[in-house]
Formats: sequence, structure tokens, C-alpha cells
Amino acid sequence: MNRSTVEEPGLGYDDLPRLMTLMTGDEKHSFSATSTLDVLWVLYSQVLNVNPSNPNDPGRDRFLLSKGHGPMAYYAVLAAKGFIPVETLPTFAKYDSILGKHPDGVLVPGVEIGSGSLGHGLPIAVGMANGLRARGATSQRVFCLVGDAESGEGSGHEAIALAGRLKLGQLTAIVIDNKSDSNGWPGGISTRFAVEGWSTSDVDGRDHGAIHEALVTPHSDRPHVVVASVEPKS
Amino acid sequence: MTTMRERFTAVTSELLDSDPRMALILADIGVAQFRESGVVDRHPGRVVNVGIREQLLISFAAGMAKEGFRPIAHSYAPFLVERPWEQIKLDFGHQGVSGILVSIGATFDEADWGRTHQAPEDVQLLSMLPDWRIHVPGHPDEVEAMLRAAAPEDGCVYIRTSISTNKRAYPIKGGRFSSVKTGSGDAPTVIAVGPMLDVVSEATADLDVTLLYANTIQPFDGETLLSVLQAPEVVLVEPYLQGTSAAEVSRALQSRPHRLLSLGTSRKENRHYGTSAEHFAASGLDVSGIRSQINEFVRQRVAV
Repeated sequence: MNRSTVEEPGLGYDDLPRLMTLMTGDEKHSFSATSTLDVLWVLYSQVLNVNPSNPNDPGRDRFLLSKGHGPMAYYAVLAAKGFIPVETLPTFAKYDSILGKHPDGVLVPGVEIGSGSLGHGLPIAVGMANGLRARGATSQRVFCLVGDAESGEGSGHEAIALAGRLKLGQLTAIVIDNKSDSNGWPGGISTRFAVEGWSTSDVDGRDHGAIHEALVTPHSDRPHVVVASVEPKS
Repeated sequence: MTTMRERFTAVTSELLDSDPRMALILADIGVAQFRESGVVDRHPGRVVNVGIREQLLISFAAGMAKEGFRPIAHSYAPFLVERPWEQIKLDFGHQGVSGILVSIGATFDEADWGRTHQAPEDVQLLSMLPDWRIHVPGHPDEVEAMLRAAAPEDGCVYIRTSISTNKRAYPIKGGRFSSVKTGSGDAPTVIAVGPMLDVVSEATADLDVTLLYANTIQPFDGETLLSVLQAPEVVLVEPYLQGTSAAEVSRALQSRPHRLLSLGTSRKENRHYGTSAEHFAASGLDVSGIRSQINEFVRQRVAV
């Protein structure tokens, strides 16, 4: 299992818009879907140590999509990387589909958690990172993607504080900032993490090279946050 | 006699020492006790104090469970169950992982601290979620048996400790009710839950009743209830919110016309401090209150 060489069914970044259009219906979170697209692609193409033929490999990196709203981009990337058949995409949100408008970690191969209720992913990720370290599994990393508006949840702040105290160096949070928080983040989102002892990177959320560099930057014994800014939601 | 809390601390510490799968997640409550037992220093990766962050307490424990640990999360009942109820629902159940919740501060144990530290609703809240085994121990020995049974398993388990205890312990028997007293053919069946047993025993000492003891209330042991039922009349005495398990009795007896008297704490806020005993008496859950309500229930019996 090597980074960047997972078994791909021959689909690339340029195929993602087409894959996303296969998911139809009255999904109202299209901004959420498109805001995460580039970070997800870089994660699955260049960063995550995961294998679609063995999605539960204990040696895998963990990726938690906390911002479960608008998962079309997530599903498109999972299909492009071979975790789910492309043929499942048109079943989006149907009764018997594994693909809901919020993802289900029990139903979808390669999906670590079910999400949709905001503020759950990062606290679970903190527990997972601590659990990996507690059992001596130090090569696996835990990535968790959250939204800037989601970051208003108190549970997220609880997680940010503890991760810093525990010095969970295996943990990376990615905040997609599409300026959708109703009250904004004076001083910037990354400062909220920095005061709790996290290392921080602020990048253009559409710049694949910058995203990649930020995600693989060594951060030793501190958790790391990458704030990826994209165009404002509205 | 040690308290349920002391037994919880001792047994959990022993389990942490003997089983590397066990983890203990705290939110400041209990840290001093577990520091004294030594497990905080002996198992720093598996014994974690998240601080006063109860939503994180549950989610963190679920994250540990996802990595193969058997977490015990512990705090006062209102902060362990009520505040992070959504985390319990989603981060344990929905994510397909499990753990053990152990509370202190049952119902009115901390009555003098006021409404913020009273949690008569916890069992009902957890009863709404699928696949939780809910223990209401009435004795420290039962707490120990419940912990030792839950540790090697994978299910979701809630152990609700209390400062109120019965004089003797009963076996946990895989969640089955224990028979305490058998009445005549016309006797109603009284189910005393957890720490209510001694009070109910005294209240019914000279009454013609069949008395069952329940220290596991979910899954509800309808089979034993049906097997001992004589008159189709059930009195349920629970040390928490009135009616919490009433639907379970109805489900167990759905094939039989029956009457049910469901006793528990009042749904109205009792805006007083004082002691647990005073609050239970205010809900009619002292000896005289239980006795009079059972007598009235029997008097209302209508010949068919």
C-alpha cells in the first residue's frame, strides 16, 4: 500500500464534475460539495495511505469527513479512487442506496464515520489519534475535514483544546473556509487552533500544490491544522 | 460496606491493569480517585481526563473504541447522559462502536446541589436508543459483577451507580429478574428496580404480593415477569422518572389484559434541596407512600 498509488479505475480530477452530476435530486448543499472537492482530491491522490481493496486495513490512514453536508464531492472522489462503483452514484439518496445526503460509515466502504450532525468528527478523531498512539501505532495519521461554520460548535472547541494538550502529532484537521460562518472568525480560524498548541497552515483551497505541501509538512509532536480558503459561499 | 463508587473505582482499576483493551475516559469527575488507585500514572494513554468537556468525553471514548479499545466513560449522570445524549446516539450507536458508561449521582443522590445535579431522566433517555443494556444496581457487589461482565463484551452498557443501596446483593443473571417473594394466586406482581428493593420489601412486608427484583432494566425481562404473573396486575417501582419502563411492561403483557401501576419520581420539578430521601418521599417513593399506592391499586381492582 503506497501513497498516491492506490488502485484507480482510470478516473482523474477532470472526471469529478461528471461524476458529481450523476448524483441528482434536491440536494441543497452544493456549495459544501464543491468547497471540499480539491482538498478531497489531493488527500486521496497524494496524501492518504489507503487502499480501496482493503479499506479497513488497520495500517491505513484515517480520514473523517466531519462536514457531512454535501457529500457529492466525497462520493465522486471515492468512486474515482475505486472505493465504490461509479454505478452507485445515480442511486444517491434513494431508499436502498448506500449513498445518502449525509454519509454513513457503516454502509460506505472507506468511510470512517457517519456524519451530518456538525461537531462530531473532530472529537472522534481526537479519540482515534489518541487510541492509535496508545496502542503504539504511530505511523498512521488521522485527518479530519471540518467546515468554517461547523467550527462554531462547542464540541469542536473541546476537541481542539484537548488535542493540543495531548500533543497529538498524528492528527491533522482541515478547515474548509468558504466564509459561511454567520459571525465570522476575527483574527482568522487558524489562530483558534494556534492558541491551543497546534501548528497551522493557511492555503488556497484550490491550489493542489499548496494543499499537498500543507498536508505533508512535518509537525512533530503537535496536531496540525490546514485552513483551506475557497470562494465565499454566497 | 464500600460504596458503589468505591467499588467502581477499585474494579475498574483492576480491569485496566489486567486488560490492555480497557480504557477509562474522565471529565474531571473521579480523577482524584483514579489517581489514588495509580492507574492514571500506570496507563497514561488509556486513562485520559478530557477536562470538563462532556461532549468530548463521549466522542473521545467512541474514537478510542474505533481503535479497538473498550472505553469506560464516567461522570455524574446529568453530564454523562443528558448533556452529550446526541454524542451517545451518534458516536457510539450510529458509528457501530460501543462502550461502557458508568454514572454517579443517580436521580436525587445530590439533591442538595439542586436541579442541575439531579438526573431522574437518564434511564428513559438511554432506553430510547437501541441496543443499550441498562443496569440499575442496588448493591456494590452488583456493580462489580456488572463491570466484570461488561468489560470483555462489545455491547453498549450503562451502569447507574447510586449512594442508595440494598442490604444484600442479587446476581445479575444475564439481565434476568430475581424472585424475592411469591404471593398467592390473587397477588399482584411488584417489580422493584435497583435501590428501591429494600424500601419496597418493607412496604410490602405484610401484603400479599409477588416481588421481583430488577437490576437490569434494559433489555426488559418480560419472560420472567410473565412466568411469575398470577393476577394480571403489575406494580413497577423505579428509582427514576415515573413510567420509564411502563411500555416494556405493556409489551411483555400484550397478550393479556392487565393493569399497571407505575411508580417513580414525579415529572414535575420539585424545587427543593435537602436529601434524596426527602425527594423520594415527595414522589411517594418512601415506605408509606409505596404501601398506600399499592393498597389503593388493589382496592381499585374490578371483578370481571
